[in-house]
Parts: sequence; C-alpha cells; structure tokens
Amino acid sequence: MFDDFLFRALLAGIGIALVTGPLGCFVVWRRMSFFGDTLSHSALLGVLLSVAFNLNISLTIFAVSSLIALILLRLQKTTNLPNDALLGLLSHSALAVGMVVLGFLSFIRFDIMGLLFGDILSVNVYDLLAIWIGGAFILLVLWYIWKPLFASTVNYELAEAEGMNPERVNAIFTILLAALIAISIKMVGLLLITGMLIIPTTMARNLSNNPKKMVILSIIGGLLSVFIGLYTSFEINTSSGPTIVVVALILFILSLVGIRKKNYG
Amino acid sequence: MGNNENILVKMSNAGILKNDKWLVKDVSLEIHKGKIVTIIGPNGSGKSTTAKIALGLFKKINGHVDRYTNKISYVPQKVLIDWTLPLRVIDFMTLTQDLESDEIKYSLNLTGVEHLMSRNIRELSGGEFQRVLLARAIAKKPELLVLDEPVQGVDFAGEVALYALIKKISETLNCGILLISHDLHVVMSATDYVVCLNGHVCCSGSPVDVAKDKNYKELFGERSSQLLSIYEHDHDHVHTADGNIEKNEN
Repeated sequence: MFDDFLFRALLAGIGIALVTGPLGCFVVWRRMSFFGDTLSHSALLGVLLSVAFNLNISLTIFAVSSLIALILLRLQKTTNLPNDALLGLLSHSALAVGMVVLGFLSFIRFDIMGLLFGDILSVNVYDLLAIWIGGAFILLVLWYIWKPLFASTVNYELAEAEGMNPERVNAIFTILLAALIAISIKMVGLLLITGMLIIPTTMARNLSNNPKKMVILSIIGGLLSVFIGLYTSFEINTSSGPTIVVVALILFILSLVGIRKKNYG
Repeated sequence: MGNNENILVKMSNAGILKNDKWLVKDVSLEIHKGKIVTIIGPNGSGKSTTAKIALGLFKKINGHVDRYTNKISYVPQKVLIDWTLPLRVIDFMTLTQDLESDEIKYSLNLTGVEHLMSRNIRELSGGEFQRVLLARAIAKKPELLVLDEPVQGVDFAGEVALYALIKKISETLNCGILLISHDLHVVMSATDYVVCLNGHVCCSGSPVDVAKDKNYKELFGERSSQLLSIYEHDHDHVHTADGNIEKNEN
C-alpha cells in the first residue's frame, strides 16, 4: 500500500495538517505570519546545502531554520530595529544567499519548482516517517508548553509575573516552527508553507468564539484542504501545494458567510 | 513594620538605571501578609516600574529585592487582547492557573461580573474588563497580589466598591497587596501603608501621616490632603503602618 504514491501523499498531507492547525493558530495569534515566511525562505538555503554536501534534507532545513530563528531572537534583543524590518532582513538575506549557492550547484539537476511549490510525487517512505515522527514530536512538545505559551501570547508580562517563563517557551515555539517547515517543505513547497499555516487558521477564526474551537476548526480546515486539494490536483493535473492552498482559500471565503450571520468577537 | 514571618517582598534601595537615566531610584518597602501597600505618584513617577521590580520582571536592577512567595497574581496596567484571539472570560480566567468551575464562579461573583462568564473579552467595557482582571487575579488565592491601577474605567460608585472589595480580599485571603493608584483620596481609606513616589520615595507611612507630609502636599497640592478628610471625618481611630489601631488625635 505504501507503494501507491497517492496514498503516501494523503498520509503526508494528513500528518502535516494535524501539525499546522495548532501551530498556525499561535502564528496568527502572535502575529508571526512573516516569521513563517522568513523561516521557509531560509529553508531554501537548507535544501541547497543538503544537496551540495549530501546531507539529510529535513535535518539540514531544520538546522538552518533554527539557526535563523535564534539569530532573530538575538537581534530582537540587541538592536533597536522593529520586528518586521528584522524579519525582512533575515528572509531576503537567506533567500539571496540560497540563490547564490544555487549558482554554484549548476552541475546538479535541480527541480526548483518542486522546491518552491511542493512535489507530491517525490514523497517517499522516509519523508512519511519524518512527517509522522517529527509531527508527533512537535505536537507533544506543543502540548507540554501549551499553557505558558498561550498565557504569554495573551499577555507576556502577566505570564512572566505569574511564573510561566515566557522567554523560554517563545524560543521553543520558534524551534517547533522550524521543525514543521523542515518536515513539510517537500509536500507543500517553501513558498506556500505559510499559506498552509495561516489560511485554515483564518477560516477557523471566522467561525470560533474560543481558542479551543479555533484550534480544532483549524485542523479540520487543514485536513479538508489536503483531501480536496490532493484529489483535485490529481484529477486536473496541477501542483499539489498550490492546489491545497487554493482549497484552503475557498474554505476561508465560505467561512465569511458564517461571520456575517454570527458576529464572533 | 510587622514581624518577619509575614513578610512577602522586601525591596531595599531598589532602582532601575536605563540609558543613564534612573526610571526609579532607591525604593525601599516591605509587603506583608494581610496588608495593603499603596504606591501613589504623578504620571511617569515610576509606579508601574516599581511594581515590576517587586514582581521580578527586570533582569538587571540596582539594590535588592527578596521575594518570599511564589503564589503571585498580577493585574497589569494595560492588557491588550489581540482581536485575532477569540477569548471568552472563562478562558481568560484559567490563563495561568487550573480552576474548578466553582472557583471561577466564586471569584467572578466577588467582583460582580459572574453574568459575563461566557462573553467574549472583546465585547466587555473597560470597567467590566477591569473587574474580570481582578477576578482572575484572586481566583487562585495568591499570597501576593500586585494591582496596577485596578479601577481604571470603573465608575465612581464602582470604584469605591472595588477598593472596599480589595480591602476585603486582603482580609479574607490574608494576602499582601501592592496597589498602584493615582486616585489619591479613595485609595487612602483602604490602605495600610502609603508610598508616595516621584522617581524616588518622597514620603511614606500610614495614610494619615502621608497626607500631612509636606512633600505630599507639594506633589499633589493642598487640596488632595483635604480630600482625605472626607473619608476620615467620622473615624475615631487610625490604622497605623504596623496594623495597630490607635485613637484618632484629630
């Protein structure tokens, strides 16, 4: 059964949607959408390095993204620059360095489109293992830090005053995001991971009046996007990543009907 | 003030130096179980900063702060809830603590907002939210409660009632309260010890002593010390800083 690429793709998509749901909620709540972009841009560098030095692709992406995340946390403390400027700095620097490195690798045949938008056909059993084991680990850690992370999202100082150590959980959360990008890049593509994180979550926001409901709806939205998106991409022969994101967008548009009927604070 | 068994926080000459400027300097105070310490002072005098020093929110401070409790609740001056976060009152109550639904109801009831339990935080008025903040802070029965301007946006009748409630909380929970306020007159009646701050400690002592202090009058004007008399005229006793009751000499 694992030989069937459609089945592998579906399993990979389900695994990713289960993780992007809750993580996406925190990304939206904390206004970190651009941070997702920065991490995924830095993932390009990770992919290229893994090809150049023949390293494990997921682990290399994870290492590079984590490094960028930690540099960001460091710069936030030591400079007076606003967050969006720092994110832009890191995001485009990583992208530029990645493209320069790509220039050196001209002897290797490289599927740049697959890298940018995801390539469902290339998902193998090892990728599946990375997604499900990595994903389970991410969710486990998130479960463990949920309360302090949520409290520091609502109010940093309040959480700190009441002994929740927000600085540490923020750093852990950042690493979790880097890990998610590492496991999902092959499936969704680095340009669209942020879309996968954000769009089902924004749909969920339109239909939720409490955080738990928003997380659950966000997961459901992600799963629906994967099911419908994968099916459609095979039927009409489109790229899997963009198709999944387009389905998420359609779900978001449908959720606007819900927001009109009921005003969710 | 008081004996050492009841001490919760002791600040000795604490201060913050930021970019070669003192935000607040040389603050010494003690917070004891069952006592209310109030910090008053004009805008920018370092009231909130002092509270944050007491809470341990700064990494680098001058002087010393010793905390003898971990059961701390905090009501910050500003709590902005992002609209992207759907949050009901009941979700907010359990933000940093696990509570039984009885405990949630009890503390919301104490601050008079039980009916708002399943409402969304964003729909609340300023005064209602302030009451919810207070309810959340007292729900887990803290030993130390730090309240930074807890009655903002609450109407006058509600303000008097809330200060009375804060007084009641300190008595029933036997917790120490650090209260920050600029409503001088109302807060005076519900406090054991007053620290008058303007970058440093201008004067401190029992409310009556502080109101008579020359520095206090200079800072807030003659009228503010007269206002106090509204709340003192029918009292035949005063509460001194160490909690003793003395006959009023006025």
